Amino acid sequence: MSTLFLAADLISVFVRSIFIDNMIFAYFLGMCSYLAVSKNVKTALGLGVAVIFVMVITVPLNWLLLNKVLKEGSLAWISPSLAKVDLSFLAFIMFIATIASMTQLVEMLVEKLSPELYGALGIFLPLIAVNCSILGGSLFMQERDYEFAEATVFGLGSGVGWMIAIVAIAAIRMRLRYSDVPAPLKGLGITFILTGLMGIAFMSFLGITL
Amino acid sequence: MSEVLVQPPAEKKSLLGKKERKLLTDPLSDNNPVTIQVLGICSSLAVTTQMKPTMVMAISVTAVVALSNWVISLMRNAIPPRIRIIVQLTVVSVLVILVDQMLKAYMYDVSKQLSVFVGLIITNCIVMGRLEAYAMGNKPYPSLLDGLGNGFGYGVVILTVAFFRELLGSGKVFGFKVIPDAMYEAGYVNNGLMMIPAGALFVVACYIWIQRSFAKHLEEKE
Repeated sequence: MSTLFLAADLISVFVRSIFIDNMIFAYFLGMCSYLAVSKNVKTALGLGVAVIFVMVITVPLNWLLLNKVLKEGSLAWISPSLAKVDLSFLAFIMFIATIASMTQLVEMLVEKLSPELYGALGIFLPLIAVNCSILGGSLFMQERDYEFAEATVFGLGSGVGWMIAIVAIAAIRMRLRYSDVPAPLKGLGITFILTGLMGIAFMSFLGITL
Repeated sequence: MSEVLVQPPAEKKSLLGKKERKLLTDPLSDNNPVTIQVLGICSSLAVTTQMKPTMVMAISVTAVVALSNWVISLMRNAIPPRIRIIVQLTVVSVLVILVDQMLKAYMYDVSKQLSVFVGLIITNCIVMGRLEAYAMGNKPYPSLLDGLGNGFGYGVVILTVAFFRELLGSGKVFGFKVIPDAMYEAGYVNNGLMMIPAGALFVVACYIWIQRSFAKHLEEKE
């Protein structure tokens, strides 16, 4: 019974993080690369997959770091005298260090496994380290006090949500070439408006109770 | 770490010459970090429902950009290129931790309201973008000014957005009611669109639209 309950909880976290708390449409996280790499579906998909990958690794890793090292009392497993140590103010710097090193790893993997994708993603792979949605994932995990399993699922869901958003906008922007957009709105402006409209569409998921 | 930089002989320049002034004012319009360089949209739009947290956010970002630009510029000759991103992130996150602790100590309610977005200044693309594009190749003082200028440019945009969102969305400016009750009695209603995330995007799009209609050279050719 309790496993069933846990599974339901995990599914709820997963669906919420994809549709309701979508990183782009609800929090605007990762907008920089979202705007810059969304000119073509294939590249967008590649970056989306890279983001999911980094997200699934970093959120649980940062959870362990936070709960086993940084939080007050979490160092008690080394020696009882450390039980009062509260290092949680170091969270930002530890999170970003994890993320930066993981990104480096992904970059090396992609370069080895798919030089083609590496060429297409170019400068944006290292920039995953400064993709707000990745750090945002870890910070939301801290703020919402997830359990370990929840944190992992949340990382996966947020990554998937981000990928859906960037692939969708890339597809729309490719069609946009044939439409007559007012000159001052071309490029950046119209993408903002489109994102806003998509955000409104995604708001309809708010009514779902899980 | 050897920070002995070989400085060229001091030139006779006023503290705020023409070039320096340009560094400060360019990012306000023609080279605005948000609307032209497309940086730092990530964490900023979610905080713009009200003027007060937006103001705090703008000040925090300006402080972090200016100081990190200055620090990185001081160390620029000592940073090995391969690991520069890690070094930059470390400097930036130390500064952000300082800002976060300050906010928690002196403005707890605003800090709660901004929640994760203070931490997200670390990954605010303006900070990294300016470090890469400017501080790594320029002297400390111009870098500091460049940071200040870009911080102001960012502040101008998000404060404008926040002004319209707060005014139209809740009829207030800085938390003070500006739309008289008589208007509401006459049938005026607040625009709910401005309170939801999508509202921010529409306001920014209009900002860009207006800015680029006046400055034709900024239009994108696709």
